[in-house]
Amino acid sequence: MSTKPKDKTDIATGLLLMAAAAFFGWQTRTLEIGTSLRMGPGYFPMVLSGLLFLLGALVLIKAFGREGEPFGKIAWRGMAFILPAPVFFGLTVRGLGFVPALFLAALIAAQASSRMKPLYSLLLAIVVTIASTLIFSYGLGLPFRRFGPWLQF
Amino acid sequence: MDLLSNLALGFSVASSLANMAFCLIGVILGTLIGVLPGIGATATIAMLLPITFQLEPVSSLIMLAGIYYGAQYGGSTTAILINMPGESSSAVTAIDGYQMARKGRAGTALATAALGSFFAGTVATFLVAIFAPPLTTIALKFGAAEYFSLMVMGLVMSVALAHGSVLKALAMVVLGLLLGLVGTDIYTGTPRFTLGITQYSDGLNFVALAVGVFGIAEILRNLEDEHDREVMTKSINRLLPTRDELRQMVGPVLRGTAVGSVLGILPGGGAILASFASYTVEKKLSTNPGEFGKGALAGVAGPESANNAGAQTSFIPLLTLGIPANPVMALMIGAMIIQGIVPGPNVVTEQPALFWGIIASMWIGNLMLVVLNLPLIGLWVKLLTVPYYVLFPIIMAMCSIGVYSVASNTYDLFAVAFFGLLGYLMSKLRCEPAPLLLGFVLGPLLEENLRRAMILSRGDPTTFVTRPISAILLLLTLGVLVLVFTPQIRRRRDEVFTESDA
Repeated sequence: MSTKPKDKTDIATGLLLMAAAAFFGWQTRTLEIGTSLRMGPGYFPMVLSGLLFLLGALVLIKAFGREGEPFGKIAWRGMAFILPAPVFFGLTVRGLGFVPALFLAALIAAQASSRMKPLYSLLLAIVVTIASTLIFSYGLGLPFRRFGPWLQF
Repeated sequence: MDLLSNLALGFSVASSLANMAFCLIGVILGTLIGVLPGIGATATIAMLLPITFQLEPVSSLIMLAGIYYGAQYGGSTTAILINMPGESSSAVTAIDGYQMARKGRAGTALATAALGSFFAGTVATFLVAIFAPPLTTIALKFGAAEYFSLMVMGLVMSVALAHGSVLKALAMVVLGLLLGLVGTDIYTGTPRFTLGITQYSDGLNFVALAVGVFGIAEILRNLEDEHDREVMTKSINRLLPTRDELRQMVGPVLRGTAVGSVLGILPGGGAILASFASYTVEKKLSTNPGEFGKGALAGVAGPESANNAGAQTSFIPLLTLGIPANPVMALMIGAMIIQGIVPGPNVVTEQPALFWGIIASMWIGNLMLVVLNLPLIGLWVKLLTVPYYVLFPIIMAMCSIGVYSVASNTYDLFAVAFFGLLGYLMSKLRCEPAPLLLGFVLGPLLEENLRRAMILSRGDPTTFVTRPISAILLLLTLGVLVLVFTPQIRRRRDEVFTESDA
């Protein structure tokens, strides 16, 4: 380990910002830049990408020479179950329909806590599904198919 | 009088049975979610936003405003009872409010917060009614160059008022602006940054971004460390303050209202600044400054009033200029656009019923909060004891339904997951989400006005400094930037000095 102090969080931030800027900048290359009188679709994004890269670089430079705060715990389990829930809902809401897709999404999200017992999560998902179907589908009349084509026999 | 007849129109709209009901539902829902620990007003509104889309524009915005006040009140409740401010603006309340609760004066603290907020809300509502119309006449004179400069000022101010590193906040604004450009270029129809996904050609869904960055990131943060919360439930004393306590309250509430009303108008999160400023003022003026931090009544009354007054007057730039002063107002703009209303100076002339209805509903919402929440406080407290692992699957289900209901676009749900991850990453890297959201909302507007201004001036960039209003706005922006960086440099110097001394 080096003995020089550096703020690891800010090093990561700076590098990520520069990477994001590079990504946007790279995407801009196919867009027409235009002139400052008649700006093309690429003009403003190009300026912003450059600015973001510069800011990222500044954050990175300033990260050296000082100690950062610790990164803290990371909610791995939370991420593993919370983030897929809406994705799963999106993938299945057309095919399975609103009711089963919501039930499964809620069940997935419920697994994010280490304190949730399996039976309890099942119960919770059922309650959430029934309540949401009553409120959103019947109550507010949102145009969702309750059971989709995958379940039609 | 014009003002009175306008207000009468507003109250007739807002007090219709349906709108009262929506306001009530909004206030209750807002408090319900806002009272959940760690979830502040912005996250609450982001989650509940989609519910309002099925309503008429007026009812929808009235309900949203109700959610806003409810969420804010809920945030103060958690700040006082479990020392967990949902939003930075109620962080100040937590300092003395929680200490009061620990001393068995939770009821007093809650009542002080509610009464102070109500008073501040009443005054600020009138201020909005008085100042919004003349400001719209000024705003109608604004050209593209002025709008561009005004937005630049708003964005820079949001950076100045954000927590932590100014550089990172600036970077978040720029990142937000870039994300706001995703979609089809309005002038040429060229798709930008869509990665070839046609479902994103209308731009990234605003609700998806708000729910992800504020709501889901918040849930993940709470899941990091699951521990039992210490709720000050048993120690809630009588709610009604004594005559002596009321007397102690008057000064701080009046000063807080004044401070909050002025700072709330500033673009860029004035409510946060307002509560901090009010706390400092009260501490300076107090005959017993040592009491602060140990449960001073003034430390709750002042900042809570300031906070609420600021929350109210921050509607002024939204209603007159169409420029959001803080992330909540950015959500409001998003809601208005989805409802087909173009926010800006034309709203007051084209839709007076909507404009004045919202203003009147602000006051009604505040009244409902006091009437409802003081007796219902027991219920909210009980809600605090519901374990978190029961709550977030419900929240996730609501988020998924809400985001999908906006446009029935499944790609919006994928965007939610992405922004949830981004928001969590940002919080880990100590980057503030509020500037990102403001940038996202203002991105397309900023570009459009920049391009229009340049065309109007025939490519001459000096148009921004030769037009007087635009020049003043840019000068103010520059001033803010200089101010923001100076104390930082000073502090850095101080650090160096202490190190060299050691």
